[in-house]
Amino acid sequence: MPADMPDELPDDTPLTRQEAGEIPVLTELETTTPRKEEALRALADVPHEPGSPKPDTILVADNVVRRFGGLTAVDVGHVEIQRGSITALIGPNGAGKTTFFNLLTGFDRPDSGSWTFNGKSLSGMAAYKVARGGMVRTFQLTKALAKLTVIENMRLGAVGQRGESLWRAMFPGFWRSQENDITGRAHELLGRFKLDTKHDDFAGSLSGGQRKLLEMARALMVEPEMVMLDEPMAGVNPALTQSLLGHVKDLREQGMTVLFVEHDMDMVRDISDWVLVMAYGKLISEGPPDTVMADTRVIDAYLGAHHDQSLLEGDVEAQIQQEVAAELAAEHGEAVPAQEEER
Amino acid sequence: MDWSNILGDASRALIGSETVVFALAAIGLNVQFGYTGLLNFGQAAFLAVAAYGLATTVVTFGLPFWIGILVGFAGVIVLAVLLGVPTLRLRADYLAIVTIAASEIIRLIFRSVTLRETFGGSGGISGFSNDFYALNPYDDRVGLGPFEFGPRDAWVLTVGWVLVILACLIVWALMRSPWGRVIKAIREDEDAVRSLGKNVYSYKMQSLIIGGLLGALGGFIFALAQAAVQPDLYSPNLTFFAYTILILGGAGRVLGPVVGAMIFWCLLQLTAGLLEGLVRTGAIPTWLMQSNDVGAVRFMLVGIALLLLLVFRPQGIFGDKREIALDAR
Repeated sequence: MPADMPDELPDDTPLTRQEAGEIPVLTELETTTPRKEEALRALADVPHEPGSPKPDTILVADNVVRRFGGLTAVDVGHVEIQRGSITALIGPNGAGKTTFFNLLTGFDRPDSGSWTFNGKSLSGMAAYKVARGGMVRTFQLTKALAKLTVIENMRLGAVGQRGESLWRAMFPGFWRSQENDITGRAHELLGRFKLDTKHDDFAGSLSGGQRKLLEMARALMVEPEMVMLDEPMAGVNPALTQSLLGHVKDLREQGMTVLFVEHDMDMVRDISDWVLVMAYGKLISEGPPDTVMADTRVIDAYLGAHHDQSLLEGDVEAQIQQEVAAELAAEHGEAVPAQEEER
Repeated sequence: MDWSNILGDASRALIGSETVVFALAAIGLNVQFGYTGLLNFGQAAFLAVAAYGLATTVVTFGLPFWIGILVGFAGVIVLAVLLGVPTLRLRADYLAIVTIAASEIIRLIFRSVTLRETFGGSGGISGFSNDFYALNPYDDRVGLGPFEFGPRDAWVLTVGWVLVILACLIVWALMRSPWGRVIKAIREDEDAVRSLGKNVYSYKMQSLIIGGLLGALGGFIFALAQAAVQPDLYSPNLTFFAYTILILGGAGRVLGPVVGAMIFWCLLQLTAGLLEGLVRTGAIPTWLMQSNDVGAVRFMLVGIALLLLLVFRPQGIFGDKREIALDAR
């Protein structure tokens, strides 16, 4: 177990340059921050069971069911999301993660179920009202608005714009000053996301990773309390992954709650405080990343319950051995008379 | 061949009443299709409802001209809401199917025998435009550069072009505002806009109504220029010409529909004049074409010209080539 290695080293091992404080230990700096510690402390006593209660919830869902014909895509009994944490939602392909996301954000309607955000019921609410309520999502297939410039994409994100009403739109006097404030805020965010040199380019001319960044920055223009990221790393060039990871962690530092769907386990391990695991539409496990990844239910869901057994074990093997023996015996039986004839 | 006549007629078509009517229809479509991405294939119905609203109010019910204009506008709003409520929540192509069907239904209602007392059947209605021409300040022929117009034409064109300019100003003011930003974003991806807290359905409805009202202006001018309404003028052809004009000029550009309409009608007039002249002088033999074929052949030639335009300049006259390139990514 590599993680345990330092404990096993003898005490008199000479200090490395990092340990001696000569150069900063990057991993340590990145993984422990006050907000992260706070989230981890809050989640420390939560039992590692699906549907376990959290001390300070922002989102609580009960009995959310979505069927497509005969297929039950989502059937989540109870789930709670801790405020101020980064929670990962993982699971094999077809587990219903994105469908569950769509239900929570109002992009799809459940067959039954209810959920509350900040204590307010969101069930059956239109997607745009969910977003205004402070829960903003991004998409698996990035939805940068290709023929709008980067800055226009950003401005679009701001809520409560006076100029978005038809009557006031025609008279800039109503909205000019607000537009300037919004533009200022957009520039600040673009600077943080290193997109400030691109602000007059069409969003369609950005690379895949830059579009992900733009989508995230645009979601922040809404000033959400909770950000829902659907596969933030999908199709992102590895060079950008680290910076994108940094931005996701940064959301927590600014007091937001993050729930994200992801396939990349390294990323999940790196940034999440808590992990929810879905399989066959159900929530099958939850807990801190390391615990969850060692959970047999999770390993079974990903790899199948018999993944560590040889197909030739037990009955099958015995049966095959018997058959082989019988065949050998038969061959031998035929061969012996032939030899006898020769004699 | 009488070149001065051919070129004269063609250049008159640049500012003629048909250009005005189709420019207004295409400006409305530009809001709906060019900016919002709504496939309204029933623009003819919006023009028809406006024109018939005016004509029936004045002639059948004997009410004043200005009430007729208001009834026309109100009818267009009702039509937009009726078409939009069931379809705007669905995928874009449903609106196309519903609108083209609705525009035929409306044309057939206007020409139906049962309602002849109200809408005048296939002959239509006339005699509603007296109040409009009573306002005419021109009492003699009016010269404009090389052209000369009779007082009635001059009055229709004056009002028509003022309306075109007003419509362009409204579209320009709307599309540079945050409202226009939401509208253009909906054209790109409505789910993204929804995820940012905008009520997409309401914006699409607003766009459908505004496009309809701008088209209604075209309907009024169409009716007043001919001093009559006639149901078969509002066939789906009208909508298709308006789309052609919009794409020719450049969808999603303020002046696209206006320039598109000018070029479209100028080209039609020019090919008609040229063909007519060529047939008359014998340059085109009579076994190939006679002068009563000109009407059909000019549309073929203009069709070929538009095809070439789409191949070599798909963004239209005013479009931005960079935007087309983005689609290919």
